[in-house]
Amino acid sequence: MSKAGPKRILIGKVGLDGHDRGAKFIARALRNAGYEVIYTGIRRTPEQIVRTAVDEDVDALGLSLLSGAHNELFARVVELLQQENAENIVLFCGGTIPDKDIPHLQSLGFRRVFTPGTPLAEILGALEAELAGKR
Amino acid sequence: MASDIKRRHEDWKSGTLTKALANMPERPERTVTASSRPVETLYLPDQLRDKAACQAYLERVGFPGEYPFTRGVQPTMYRSRFWTMRQYAGFATAEETNRRYRFLLEQGQTGLSVAFDLPTQIGYDSDHPLAAGEVGKVGVAIDPLADMEILFDAIPLDKVSTSMTINAPAAVLLAMYVAVGSKQGVAPEKLTGTIQNDVLKEYVARGTYIFPPGPSLRLVTNIFAYASEYLPRFNAISVSGYHIREAGSTAGQEIGFTLADGIEYVNAAVQAGLDVDQFAPRVAFFFGAMTDVLEEVAKFRAARRLWARIMKERFGAKSPRSCMLRFHTQTCGFTLTAQQVDNNVVRVALQALAGVLGGTQSLHTNSRDEALALPTEEAVQLALRTQQIIAHESGVAHTVDPLAGSYYVEKLTDAIEAEAETYIKKIDEMGGMVQAIEQHYPQSEIERSAYRYQQEIERGERIIVGVNRYASEETIQPETLTIGEEATRRQIERLNKTRAQRDSVAVSRALDALEAAARGDENLMPLILPAVQMYASVGEICDRLRAVFGEYEESAI
Repeated sequence: MSKAGPKRILIGKVGLDGHDRGAKFIARALRNAGYEVIYTGIRRTPEQIVRTAVDEDVDALGLSLLSGAHNELFARVVELLQQENAENIVLFCGGTIPDKDIPHLQSLGFRRVFTPGTPLAEILGALEAELAGKR
Repeated sequence: MASDIKRRHEDWKSGTLTKALANMPERPERTVTASSRPVETLYLPDQLRDKAACQAYLERVGFPGEYPFTRGVQPTMYRSRFWTMRQYAGFATAEETNRRYRFLLEQGQTGLSVAFDLPTQIGYDSDHPLAAGEVGKVGVAIDPLADMEILFDAIPLDKVSTSMTINAPAAVLLAMYVAVGSKQGVAPEKLTGTIQNDVLKEYVARGTYIFPPGPSLRLVTNIFAYASEYLPRFNAISVSGYHIREAGSTAGQEIGFTLADGIEYVNAAVQAGLDVDQFAPRVAFFFGAMTDVLEEVAKFRAARRLWARIMKERFGAKSPRSCMLRFHTQTCGFTLTAQQVDNNVVRVALQALAGVLGGTQSLHTNSRDEALALPTEEAVQLALRTQQIIAHESGVAHTVDPLAGSYYVEKLTDAIEAEAETYIKKIDEMGGMVQAIEQHYPQSEIERSAYRYQQEIERGERIIVGVNRYASEETIQPETLTIGEEATRRQIERLNKTRAQRDSVAVSRALDALEAAARGDENLMPLILPAVQMYASVGEICDRLRAVFGEYEESAI
């Protein structure tokens, strides 16, 4: 099934963490770069995030978390996406994530892990590359 | 003429200063410069000849310990006592955190500051499905009183002051602190510390809300009333700009929105029938410190002057203590970089210096590794040493408000005060802070500032050393602290054990009584206290309140 119009990206704040400065910046910057962006607001469960991702038929899902609970909560999101047969959604994430956790997140299916200080240009370039040829 | 200032100086010395020194004499250390030149407590513009300028100085800057407190709330500031060195700490379970507290106290820290984990802050027990993965991650997990007893084990609550960063369930954790005190034989009136209890900024920036604004404000004023009766030495609120700044506000917005929150709380308390001069002296504040040292100093001075005027003119406060803006400072976590982490030590030192030059009452210095994870013990020790070096070696604590009279700092102080006042006026026109929050006004103002700031970094107009300039290839990150799932397991085990051992009939009775009271309009503190003493947990108490008050939720955009 092919869709028309700009690619759609969901920015999700999963878990109990209220730090949304980064998520809001990325949502706005992606919008300005021409994507259609939905931002979930803070404190969403993995179930709520996956529901929105499926209902809104997004091309990519970016998760943001600064509380340190990424290993557990991101894994749960991936598990639920698999149950929904939505593995085609491109996954990326960002936040307070130590280097030592990155291989694990990549093995879960996160195409990109953006740690603090990543330039916006790098994020935009990476997403463009990941989303090229999708649909 | 300068004679006006000289005359007022004599009055200040014989009145305010003499009284203060009788209560708290100066520290015994010599207050001399590195070259052994003696340093005076206070320096004044004694060369000023212009009458209007003298008048302006006396009205707008004045003397420390006197209205409008621009130069500081204490007449001698740090010559009598340094700021409280208070490192925000908490992780995993009460055992690990208790060990960290004892370590910090041994290292010369002078007050405690409790970081609770997110489930505790949002009123979920550690076995709640929404707590999964979050237990003990950003702070210590507290469920029933048993956890608080371990947290303060062998820490005498009559000697150490404690700040607790807790908002939506503040009443529950404050009740637990009182209960632990009484188990140690410390009466409530002897307890000293601060409870953050600032729920409005949670809707604006920090996000750990539970209930809608209306019932949240009721809980806040319940704590005010309880504290002014039973906890005379405890700050009943810490109105917080820190999180507003961290979310991306400017310095002027930080002061404007924070003081507007403060106005809302004072209004709510007055409407609840409390006397301003009874509770206002127990209202404290909390701000961030960025690396722009002089702007931050000006911000702190502006905040003091503006709050003093608000209390006097808007609320008719008569006691000078009601007009004093006392505040805690934390260095801004947002400024820490994951790249070249040692650079953060320098940033933190500059930010801490700004807090001290701005006259802070207590200070937390971030650790160099906090852009990566919770800090290691080694990193926290260095952060504390940074404060100690400023206190003992820099000389800036020798004299009061050392930057007063700087053309630049005085101008910035005026400008930040004016910007903050414009915001407060705008919020007044909207009907107050609750209405402004409902209309997303402060949120969108902050978001705009944050976006602009980040764009400036992206474009290279703002230089962040080691990130967008002087970057280097790094391969090794320092060792970071990891909180494993093992802590969650131990925490839930203890929770289950407490639940099995407590008097469950008494717990239900206490919770039923609380729920019934929540439906009426009485003060809930006297009902929460017996519930925690029966070992009802944070989650159980908050669930009963949720049933009555409902929950707040942020909408998607």
